[in-house]
Amino acid sequence: MAAERWSTGAPALDDREREALAKIERVRAMPPKFRDEHITMAHGAGGKASASLIRGLFVPAFASPALDALDDAAMLRVDGTELALTTDSFVVKPLRFPGGSIGELAVNGTVNDLAVAGARPLALTLSLVLEEGLASDVLRGEVDAIARSAASAGVQIVAGDTKVVERGHADGMYICTTGLGRRDSRAHLSPASLRAGDRVLVSGRIGEHGTAIMCARGEFELEATIESDTRSLWPAVDALLGAAGPSLRCMRDATRGGVASALNELATASGVAMLVREGDVPVHPAVSGACELLGIDPMYVANEGKLVAVVAPDATQRALAALRAVPGCEDAAEIGEVRSEPPGMVLVQTAFGGRRVMDLLVGDPLPRIC
Amino acid sequence: MKFVDEFRDAALGRALADQIAALVEPDRHYKIMEVCGGHTHTIYRYGVDDLLPANVELVHGPGCPVCVIPMGRVDDGITNAREPNVIFTCFGDMMRVPGGHGTLLEAKANGADVRMVYSPLDALRIAKQSPDREVVFFAVGFETTAPSTALTLLRARAEGVRNFFCFCNHVTIIPPVRALLESPDLRLDGFIGPGHVSTIVGGRPFEFIPAEYGKPVVISGFEPLDLLQSVYMLLCQLTEGRCEVENQYKRVVPYDGNPQAFRVLSQVFELRAHFEWRGLGFISQSALKLRDEFAEFDAERRYHVPGVRIADPKACQCGEVLKGVIKPWECKVFGTACTPEHPIGTCMVSSEGACAAYYNFGRFAREREVV
Repeated sequence: MAAERWSTGAPALDDREREALAKIERVRAMPPKFRDEHITMAHGAGGKASASLIRGLFVPAFASPALDALDDAAMLRVDGTELALTTDSFVVKPLRFPGGSIGELAVNGTVNDLAVAGARPLALTLSLVLEEGLASDVLRGEVDAIARSAASAGVQIVAGDTKVVERGHADGMYICTTGLGRRDSRAHLSPASLRAGDRVLVSGRIGEHGTAIMCARGEFELEATIESDTRSLWPAVDALLGAAGPSLRCMRDATRGGVASALNELATASGVAMLVREGDVPVHPAVSGACELLGIDPMYVANEGKLVAVVAPDATQRALAALRAVPGCEDAAEIGEVRSEPPGMVLVQTAFGGRRVMDLLVGDPLPRIC
Repeated sequence: MKFVDEFRDAALGRALADQIAALVEPDRHYKIMEVCGGHTHTIYRYGVDDLLPANVELVHGPGCPVCVIPMGRVDDGITNAREPNVIFTCFGDMMRVPGGHGTLLEAKANGADVRMVYSPLDALRIAKQSPDREVVFFAVGFETTAPSTALTLLRARAEGVRNFFCFCNHVTIIPPVRALLESPDLRLDGFIGPGHVSTIVGGRPFEFIPAEYGKPVVISGFEPLDLLQSVYMLLCQLTEGRCEVENQYKRVVPYDGNPQAFRVLSQVFELRAHFEWRGLGFISQSALKLRDEFAEFDAERRYHVPGVRIADPKACQCGEVLKGVIKPWECKVFGTACTPEHPIGTCMVSSEGACAAYYNFGRFAREREVV
């Protein structure tokens, strides 16, 4: 096969550096071990520590074909019907924030895990952990939000559970939802189907949920009107399936860890590489401004209503047009493509013109200090 | 973003890269050190080195404030954080730096009240909100961040806050640069000077570099175009046979520095006789401590500080990386035993550290042929 040039101008790597890099890739490709003595906040941040917990502790303990796929939802075949099952907990602080609240997240987050697996959401269960002393009006408000979001996403809340814990725990309330869906017959999704030349799409402007929460916490004294993007992604998935059908290769919900983590998961699961063109990634100016000040890359900031999709090259324009017709996805864009080398890696062509690696995040997004 | 995007213009970057390519002598190898960790971050974040000719090499210097803190000082901080009733505050990067006995993040998971702040003023606010607790601020950084610590201490004194303490690890930029220049295994053609530090100290303190060591200096801003222009200015000096301190970052850096910041610094701090630098060893008069007038705010006088010196791990070559003697990937443990998730050396911890920057961004950035 012809040599593929990644860039021009800079020197070729010498053999020693190449060897060192190959060694790193071998280490990186090994299943992560869970060796930490204690759980730190990093284990919940969706980056490398989370991956070590999942792959190093949970997967070995509970191994099964459905779990081992590590998709956003598990696919189970029951008497010929393919059902999708997923679960998620919500521990956001503050409970209400611009653009949404914990109740909406609890519905949309679980619905979206089903949707990106190509499953039409059918029903949810709802578990509430409530803090002693929580104002009933706050609870009523969230129950309303849950009912509204469920109605608009077309799912029913069919079972539930309530626990109350002592004052000082649970930050008002924690919510856990489990979702059941049925695989859409048009969906033939698998990371294994990714091919070099496939295109990477994102369904809209990124980083809005995480930035809205950071601003709502008031820790940074930033006054920006950034709203969470929380919404059901089923309409977007429905449109993509209709437009691209079997040319839709795979999707991921870009929640914790942002688009960067979603792409890294896809690259790892499929054994291909991705090249993202930073200049083509849609970001609201207020989000890029806030991230600039905090020293955070919007590619790593959480979304609650954005998906990344990989489509075959011939279906790209159809898929994009269909996405953009869906409310909330007007800014959908093609942001990059699938490459064959180096397997499992995500590279970025920066807006300035250089190239670099975009790896999984380590720990919480810790801002730089000077 | 206005006043930011202009300095990230890809077309201007390419034009500047072409000018640089036209300027370099093909047979000559140019080795330029950027002193500041912020520059290292920009170089990798935007792929600036990707735009430079093969024979212009950027070497990452010792100017990452988190990376130069020795393990013993981290342990002192952790001991401090474990004191009953203490709220220990620090910048985010500092929480993951390993001492001899774990990190502040692990201390937090074990029950110590460690909180991340963005400014020493945040720490002072926590102290005022929690009058029955004692709040310690882990102060790190060069002349860039020292004035904000000084102002915070002045405010604490003016407001009569009695439960706020500073664990001072502020360092100064000139002594380590001089130590580098004295190092016999160093081969450098010039320096990209630290822009943020220079907003405080100005350009004059760097004049000894051309005068005594014959190396040109260009003080640079932090956007990718700033760095390309600074490389261009350095190459011009080398080509024309000039050797002086030039200021590329004129929009921010006054050549005479910031006299007001200096006044505040000298009011609150004085030089330590010596201070240990990770990988560089002890350097005389290279760090700041609180003056006696501020003793009541000094965490080192208030609490038991073990002060145990921990030798850098044998396998760790952070010192050579900091001196630019080896590149990150040449370190024996780089990327295998020492990774951003399990760092051995500090260069791997902060995103400004030369190793972390190379690991996160630099790998594969350059041409590679795939057969």
